[in-house]
Amino acid sequence: MATEPSTIKKTGFLGDSINLVKKSLRPRLREFRFSMYLMRKSALAFVGLIIVLIMVFIAIFAPLLAPPAPNADPMQIPRDYQLPKPPGVENHLFGTGQLGADIYYGIVWGARTSMEISLFVVATATIIGLVLGAVSGFYGGAVDEALMRITDVFLSIPSLILAMAVAAVLTRSLENIMLALTIVWWPPYARLIRGQVLSVRESTYVEAARAMGAKKSRILFRHIVPNSLAPVVVNMTMDFGVVVLVAAGLSYIGFGAPAGTAEWGKMVSDGQEWFLSTTTYDGQQYSPWWVVTFPGLMIFLFVMGFNLLGDGLRDILDPRLRR
Amino acid sequence: MRRLLLLIPVLLGVSVFVFTLTRLAGDPAAAYITEHMSPDAIVAIRERFHLNEPVYIQYFYWLQGMLGGDWGYSQTAHLPVTEAIAEYFPATFELTFISIIIAVVVGIALGTISAVRRDTPVDHATRVMALSGVSLPVFWLGLMLQYIFYSQLGWLPADNRGDLILIINQGGITEYTGFRLIDSLLTGNPTLFGDALIHLIMPAVTLSFGTIAIITRIMRSSMLEVMNLDYVKTARSKGMPERLVIRKHARRNALIPTTTVIGLSFGGLLSGAVLTESIFNWPGLGRWSASATLNNDWAAILGFTLLAAIIYVLVNLIVDVMYAYLDPRVRLE
Repeated sequence: MATEPSTIKKTGFLGDSINLVKKSLRPRLREFRFSMYLMRKSALAFVGLIIVLIMVFIAIFAPLLAPPAPNADPMQIPRDYQLPKPPGVENHLFGTGQLGADIYYGIVWGARTSMEISLFVVATATIIGLVLGAVSGFYGGAVDEALMRITDVFLSIPSLILAMAVAAVLTRSLENIMLALTIVWWPPYARLIRGQVLSVRESTYVEAARAMGAKKSRILFRHIVPNSLAPVVVNMTMDFGVVVLVAAGLSYIGFGAPAGTAEWGKMVSDGQEWFLSTTTYDGQQYSPWWVVTFPGLMIFLFVMGFNLLGDGLRDILDPRLRR
Repeated sequence: MRRLLLLIPVLLGVSVFVFTLTRLAGDPAAAYITEHMSPDAIVAIRERFHLNEPVYIQYFYWLQGMLGGDWGYSQTAHLPVTEAIAEYFPATFELTFISIIIAVVVGIALGTISAVRRDTPVDHATRVMALSGVSLPVFWLGLMLQYIFYSQLGWLPADNRGDLILIINQGGITEYTGFRLIDSLLTGNPTLFGDALIHLIMPAVTLSFGTIAIITRIMRSSMLEVMNLDYVKTARSKGMPERLVIRKHARRNALIPTTTVIGLSFGGLLSGAVLTESIFNWPGLGRWSASATLNNDWAAILGFTLLAAIIYVLVNLIVDVMYAYLDPRVRLE
């Protein structure tokens, strides 16, 4: 993706022969293999990749890992309305929390919730940022000026506080947390992509395309944008984690999902009431450390996984550091 | 000066944005209307707050009020917004200030060690620590610390700025500055100073954790950059002890980019304060804003968001100016 020879791609795009397409894909495949090789060599990035893959696996196979009761809303954690039970008893691997909610179930389905939030926010923010940033950087002028002043406004408010203000206007639900986060998240992308476009715009291959009489929109979206993407990919990877971190924070304060939803931030805030007190099970007294520890640990691992991967990708995708 | 003027359109933009948000939220008069009011009284309220005018006129009335120091009334604080800010600001400032100090001291030390012992286990450990610092949920870290140091070990108090009963028994604290650490000393009461200090430890550590991570990483990379420069090589080749080379020649210059990041992380600290203050029941701006936002206290939300933007933008400006001051290359250009 980083150093893609655009001339080959062009032939592939125009030519209808399958052979040509194959030929044009070959260097891409080679680069991908090389990326995977670099990934294996960097231990931390590899650990990140493994964590991310495990999270994706849990999110996809949640119905098998923690089957919901028939006819029940799978996003609601099943409860037995008793005092919290310690981990390992009565089929509760990680114990139970507030109103006897099964922590294991919440953790498994929470992975799906987190994945959904991240996917939605990062994808939407990237698309908005990509279009606005690319147009702004490529055409310049008044559009550029106006857009950059708007991003200035958004960037001058710390993200959690901005998200809080937006979320306050909306009703409390997970969907609205996603919406609030998207509003907060697109400006940095627009800025990043604009900067990239400004530098790529001056490259010789763009000049070549222009000299050949390519249309402006074609130059922008086939030549400039694809070659501006490497830092965007790194940013997206890390944001996958950061979005979940901020969403969990909002959820902890009290925006977002209602109590009992399989969402890690909400589980922490549901559990904190019990966290510093005691519970009894089978005549024994416990201080229920598990109600907060496990969901928080999942947030940490999720965010850490994407951060490690993104940190590694930065070195791997940078054509200057690559070889 | 030119830079300061450039801030005006940005802040105006913020005010338009936040104003639009609050107007989207519903009828602003609702906050002032109670069940017992007559229809006439309601009309009077609408008149008084110019709610019958078009929205953009309302904005100008509102802006006029803001500039004149009328930021509205906060229902959650039971105070006018400006007074609420004055009331809560010292607690937040004290907390943020102490955690910035912790973050700077620890971050610079770790970053330096990490760069000097590049690619050793120490370096890897620091890198993992730095990455986990930005990955840890602040609220979870706070709760875990509470569990360990309050609930299990009983070494530190769970929340608040001080032990109320102790303060009353000791004859109270006179508020000179609003900063407990200073006020208790000025009151001449070391017991209360100790009390304020042990109440500060957990929230300050919680808040500083993410910033430590950011400072460590930037410090490491700018140290690595500086250590290859000619003047460091010169210092080494003239036989200067390595310790001095690092302290006097490398670290001083590596600090310049780090200053910028310290300023930038201030925004993160404000956000972090919202969560940290909520966990530790810290009577500051963050806790107030969280409860205001949950209770649709619009005047407070508007006020806090604007304040956050003003602080953030000003701090960044100060950092830029400091940067020019610290780096002669920038200053002379």
